[in-house]
Amino acid sequence: MSELNVSRRGLLSAGVLGAGALAMPAWARGANMSGPAIRQGFDEVSGRSIDLTIARGQSSVQGRHGMGVAVNGSVPGPLVRLKEGEPANLNVTNSLDEDSSIHWHGLLVPFQFDGVPGVSFPGIKPGQTFTYEVPALRQAGTYWWHSHSGLQEQAGHYGPIIVDPAGPDPVQADADYVLLLSEFTPMHPHTIMSKLKKGEGYFNYQQRTLTDDYPLTGEERRMWAEMRMMPTDILDVTGSTYTYLANGHGPQEGLEYLFSRGQRVRIRVINGSAMSFFNVRIPGMKFWVVAADGLNVRPVEVEEFQIGTAETYDIVVEPTGEAHTIVAESMDRSGMAVATLASQSGARAPVPALRDPPLLTMAEMGMGGMDHGSHGGGTGGSMDGMDHSAMGHDAPSSGGMEMGGEASSSDAAMAGMSMRGMNMRDTSRLPSDVNIGPGIDMVAMNPQDRMGDPGVGLADMPHKVLNYRDLVALEPNDDLRTPSRQMEIHLTGNMERYMWSFDGKKFSAVSDQPIRFAYNERVRVKLVNNTMMAHPIHLHGHFFELVNGAPADRQPQKHTVIVQPGGSAQFDLTADEPGDWAFHCHLLYHMHAGMFQIVTVAQRGDQPDVQRVGESG
Amino acid sequence: MRYLIAILLAGSASPAFAQHQGHSAHGRETTSPATQEQSACEAEAERHRAMGHAVPEGACAPSEQQSDDHSGTDRSQMDHSTMDHSSMDHSSMSHEPGSDGQATGEQVDHSTMGHDDMSMEVPSGPPPASAGSGPANAADAYWGAEAMDEARELLRHEQGGQQYFWFQGDRVEYRAREGSDGYLFDLQGYYGGDLDKFWFKSEGEGSFGEDIEGAEMQALYSRAIAPFFDLQAGIRQDFAPMDRTYAVVGIQGLAPYLFEIDAAAFLSDQGDLTARVEAELDQRITQRLVIQPRVEASFSAQDVPKLGIGAGLDSIEAGVRLRYHFAREFAPYIGIDQEWRVGQSADYARAEGEDPSVTNYVVGVRFWF
Repeated sequence: MSELNVSRRGLLSAGVLGAGALAMPAWARGANMSGPAIRQGFDEVSGRSIDLTIARGQSSVQGRHGMGVAVNGSVPGPLVRLKEGEPANLNVTNSLDEDSSIHWHGLLVPFQFDGVPGVSFPGIKPGQTFTYEVPALRQAGTYWWHSHSGLQEQAGHYGPIIVDPAGPDPVQADADYVLLLSEFTPMHPHTIMSKLKKGEGYFNYQQRTLTDDYPLTGEERRMWAEMRMMPTDILDVTGSTYTYLANGHGPQEGLEYLFSRGQRVRIRVINGSAMSFFNVRIPGMKFWVVAADGLNVRPVEVEEFQIGTAETYDIVVEPTGEAHTIVAESMDRSGMAVATLASQSGARAPVPALRDPPLLTMAEMGMGGMDHGSHGGGTGGSMDGMDHSAMGHDAPSSGGMEMGGEASSSDAAMAGMSMRGMNMRDTSRLPSDVNIGPGIDMVAMNPQDRMGDPGVGLADMPHKVLNYRDLVALEPNDDLRTPSRQMEIHLTGNMERYMWSFDGKKFSAVSDQPIRFAYNERVRVKLVNNTMMAHPIHLHGHFFELVNGAPADRQPQKHTVIVQPGGSAQFDLTADEPGDWAFHCHLLYHMHAGMFQIVTVAQRGDQPDVQRVGESG
Repeated sequence: MRYLIAILLAGSASPAFAQHQGHSAHGRETTSPATQEQSACEAEAERHRAMGHAVPEGACAPSEQQSDDHSGTDRSQMDHSTMDHSSMDHSSMSHEPGSDGQATGEQVDHSTMGHDDMSMEVPSGPPPASAGSGPANAADAYWGAEAMDEARELLRHEQGGQQYFWFQGDRVEYRAREGSDGYLFDLQGYYGGDLDKFWFKSEGEGSFGEDIEGAEMQALYSRAIAPFFDLQAGIRQDFAPMDRTYAVVGIQGLAPYLFEIDAAAFLSDQGDLTARVEAELDQRITQRLVIQPRVEASFSAQDVPKLGIGAGLDSIEAGVRLRYHFAREFAPYIGIDQEWRVGQSADYARAEGEDPSVTNYVVGVRFWF
């Protein structure tokens, strides 16, 4: 009916603020003069040949200043707008004094143009221009790009991508906006890493204290202390240093998306942060989630969703009032990014206060099967009278520890919970290929499939919150083979030492032992999280299908999957993109600590008889 | 508009089929996923036809049949042909997506789905032989091995290979007490990676206006041997009260209930064996106010009269410090610290004209970088 009406107003509204800032010289705003002022918000670049320039500059957000890395002068960098079915040359010039790179997150490109130094290419040297030759795009949707060099991503080296579909877009909207969530900090990224290594809970100012208000009993407090772990360990880096950004703007900088009454507004939400999960909601409004990680899903009506680092969700909302606040609260509730859906410029709705910080629970400890009633949330399930002594500590069959707990939001509901006699690190539960050492501080005792979990702190919400089992692909998948094998990858870590790895092995120890797949092999990959942190695991160059209970041909395809603490997640992968690909936790400092691997998909030529799915012989 | 409605409509179908899927998960042997989905789809199509929507025949055919249409593409190429939404007759529909609560899937009871069972069908195993058949580093063919080697080295370093330097003044304090006031410093730090570190420690104390009473420096190799503990071994050099060199072996780490433990045995170049155990506990009162009880005990295998050390339990020090963290790295504190010299050691003290029991009122700073 109506043409694809992609309004640029929202994209430009971000730019309006930036232009305002530019009107005043940098010195007048008190900025350090060691680099050009970085604009907040982004422009758009499109066409078959796109130029991007990486350069250092000075970022200012709500009166805080710091060195940043900008692309084309702004943070986020420009919206790269591509078209399905068309090729593009992306010419990236590195004006930094160190190597840089751009990875096209979610785009299916030949591996040598995937942009990971040391895996797909050598990186871009200072002063060099590198051209990424992207062949005709085989997809449409919302994606993003970011540096894969050092910790530049934290400093601002990221931006959105939209690939417009070749045909009509199944998602029709009157206005189309990008909401890219990220963080600003004046701290140097390497300083952050160093603090994380040295100071347990350095950024967490919501820790257990003698005077806190957490609904924890004395016994639970003793239990956490006995384990040497923190129930408040939700995010490693928090609002204590981060100002959360919406399209580069702090919460008080008034990012707004204009709409007219009766319009249907599409918002492409991209989590381009380094270390943050966000709970996104529009208080008082229901909206539809219509795409996940770029690909369309059957619309799901929700009031809130949690978006892991590097994930994207497209939502469609029909705003009705003068203004609606879009709240992206960090998962630990230490801060929020804010934008406004405004019927006219300047219209505002109330900004809700931060909700109480959540606590980790039994499920996050890897004992999810012992409490089917309730997962997550600050209040926990009703587990009074849980008799641990009767549990027996041999390997339980999956789901075999039904406690019959009813969901309940009563305070201190976990009274009676005791870990006495439980081994939180029974390494005999790990497969033999896991390297057992000081880098593993916990082994999930009974890891459950937690793909139905809405995320830490959201289990007890009175409204509908998205979870992975709500996602059903809009279009049927084309590879319906039952996987020929299953492999298990264990997510491992030591919070105290700030060590993170796959199978107990940091990348620096296994850089020449990639995870290997045959060409076109179909494999079910089970990720088991033996830590109390949620990890967004990203595989480059592929979409995998979440094994989430949807029919085989409608399993949603994603490029990043959150594995909930102490739980597991599964995906089916058709390994049909030959080459070496990065596979890692997308929490930047977890990756930097070693939670990174290379996935090698064999060349097609090695198996001339194998036909790629979707191709005719 | 029409397309959105089309997918909203498809969405409204999801609870029904999702529920179907949920139930059938328990008896999945009887139907393959594909046919099951097909029948669900057909049932759904039937429902739409009954509502007057045009649903083409064959819309529910298994999607493999269409895969030929897309030669040269992969699975991300959307297959729009399975269900032709645009041909549906929407005019007879209520176009109020907001009122369609059915689409949320809220009624689906996910907790009863046997998701874990699904993995049982797929055998575990190593990759087929062809998985290892390619070149070791695929990018070398495009960019040259030399350029890639350099980048690989950097990547190895960046993803887990870094070293860090840490320096801590755990106690740097002024000690007010009977007689002349004194001072104490207790420093430590490391340089290294996650498992292997060079660790150094230094302690000293004295009274103002007098020669330093004790000063030592330890240089240790520290190896992580457990999630919370390091094994440390190396050399300790004393500068006061007299030069003496020791071999050191000890452990340092975090015990259950968050006690920080540092225990070491020392063998001097004179053949004397001594040992020291320290334990501290950081108890937060608020996010920035911390109370820290601390105990230290020294032991000796023999009398060492020159150093005033008595065999057995030599001395005990117990203290409590209250500190305020202006930053994690900088926390001034006040506290009280009691030292007792015990047994033979106490006799040595008295012989020197010292009180074997000393109470210190301390003010100091804890810092690190």
